[in-house]
Amino acid sequence: MQISIASGKGGTGKTTLALLLAAAHSNITVVDCDVEEPNCHLFLQPEYDEPEQEISTTIPHINLSLCNGCGDCSAVCLFNAIAVGGKTALLFDELCHSCGGCLLACKQQAISEQKKAIGTLSIGKSARHPGIRLVSGKLKIGTPSAVPLIKKMKQELAKHTGDLLLDCPPGTSCSMVAAVKGSDYCVLVTEPTPFGRHDLELAMNITRLLQIPTGVVINKSDGGEGDKNIEAFCRNRQIPLLAKIPHSLSFAKQYAAGIISDKFKETAHMILQKIKAKERH
Amino acid sequence: MKELVIVSGKGGTGKTSISAALAFIALHKILVDCDVDAANLHLISGAVLNESHEFTAGFEPHIDKSRCTACGKCTDLCRFGAITNGVLTSPFNCEGCGVCSFNCPAQAIQMQNKKAGQWFISDTRLGRLVHAELGLSVENSGKLVNKVRQEAKKIAAAEQISLIITDGPPGIGCPAIAALSGADLALAVVEPSITGIHDLTRLVDLVSHFNLPLTVCINKSNLHPENTRNLIAWCQQNAIAVAGQLPYSDIFRHAVQDGKTVMEMPSNEDVKQPLIELWINLLNRLAIIDQSKKETK
Repeated sequence: MQISIASGKGGTGKTTLALLLAAAHSNITVVDCDVEEPNCHLFLQPEYDEPEQEISTTIPHINLSLCNGCGDCSAVCLFNAIAVGGKTALLFDELCHSCGGCLLACKQQAISEQKKAIGTLSIGKSARHPGIRLVSGKLKIGTPSAVPLIKKMKQELAKHTGDLLLDCPPGTSCSMVAAVKGSDYCVLVTEPTPFGRHDLELAMNITRLLQIPTGVVINKSDGGEGDKNIEAFCRNRQIPLLAKIPHSLSFAKQYAAGIISDKFKETAHMILQKIKAKERH
Repeated sequence: MKELVIVSGKGGTGKTSISAALAFIALHKILVDCDVDAANLHLISGAVLNESHEFTAGFEPHIDKSRCTACGKCTDLCRFGAITNGVLTSPFNCEGCGVCSFNCPAQAIQMQNKKAGQWFISDTRLGRLVHAELGLSVENSGKLVNKVRQEAKKIAAAEQISLIITDGPPGIGCPAIAALSGADLALAVVEPSITGIHDLTRLVDLVSHFNLPLTVCINKSNLHPENTRNLIAWCQQNAIAVAGQLPYSDIFRHAVQDGKTVMEMPSNEDVKQPLIELWINLLNRLAIIDQSKKETK
């Protein structure tokens, strides 16, 4: 089963919840899809199976001796990644989406493809928590889009058996969608504040469009007005509230020190049971 | 005109709360919310919408069913698995590259501008705010970030306002790159957690690409005093100034719940003074940058 943990916003506790759920499960693979800022490895301290695997995408390679500067490649590139100056084409590879359109358009057959590194993938078993495996992606600094890396990671996951827990990137843009897509269940973590309520709505719209069964966990719950607003919102949208994790300074301190606290283990078990029950329906 | 961009490498460290508090202290300024994925600054600044504009970016295919012969060429050529025999089966996968359109033998597919979101100008308690909402699952967040920054600069120039305070997006990807390029000073809000230190190192790598001065504010600094000391030592080693330290305080949470900045909350003494000190340090920093720019001219 593939369970994704998302939030619409950073800092609500995605990584915290992913690690809590993982620690409450006997045999699971955590996938850190927050490739801009992967953090799961800091808590799991994995022993990697092999050295970091380089992940690359393809970009055009222009053979200047064949290029006659006709501009056909530039005309079909809707990302403005190719400009024609003088008699040759020039590539701006950070704008390239690797669609292959220029290859098809070039009558001179001057364009081939070459690899470009966009990040790395590391796979290992947690030294601290022996039941947990980790697949962690890391985007190369200066690479604008995380989507190709997340897509490659998900191809890699197809090889893994057993349950997968995906710690997703924040927001509701293309990276978050790429990570959440294809999940059997999505847990949206929120905070009992107007920020939390606002961003939860955006994230719910995504999981509804993707038709992924969704549940909500209120993190840093204090039982106040904010909690009630989120509860009412979930009722209106008919999305189950799976659990509340109380606001706890001692828990935050353990997190700061890089420790997965045992404090809410029972809650984590309960959340997993609810998700699994949903799967059996 | 100066632009201060508040970033964090990561969400949830307190960028928006600190941006709002600094905006409350600063006198004449324009505010920009560059977190176009999940903008929140309007929620605590009492924003009243003034202008709303559509944002288009990129393209999407429009398929003329009467022309499509279902030959399957688009399916074969689409590298993103978005189209099957002239039907956009997975619109989420579509990158808007136009390969289907340019290579359709029946010329049944036209690429059209894609609605990618909206941007707004609002009046708030804290000053004029330029903000935006990116369409769901849309790329081009970097372009929308550029758009709100440009609009803010226009207003600032027209009204002779010398400061822009920009609440940056999380992460180190396209929107963060767009928010940082050409700014005058970046303030990184960092938590003293092992993840906070890790994220700061990635952010410093990114900022160094832009040759942009960076200064650090440690938020929740008493949450883990040892990590705070490590952070300060790391900053010293890397010649990065620590412009402020804020204690962990429930007042941040309560302020968000009440739709206020922490500066407007009662009994805010533990955070008020450090925030004012942070602001003074930032002003000095901005003045120094101004001076060095003049000298190099």
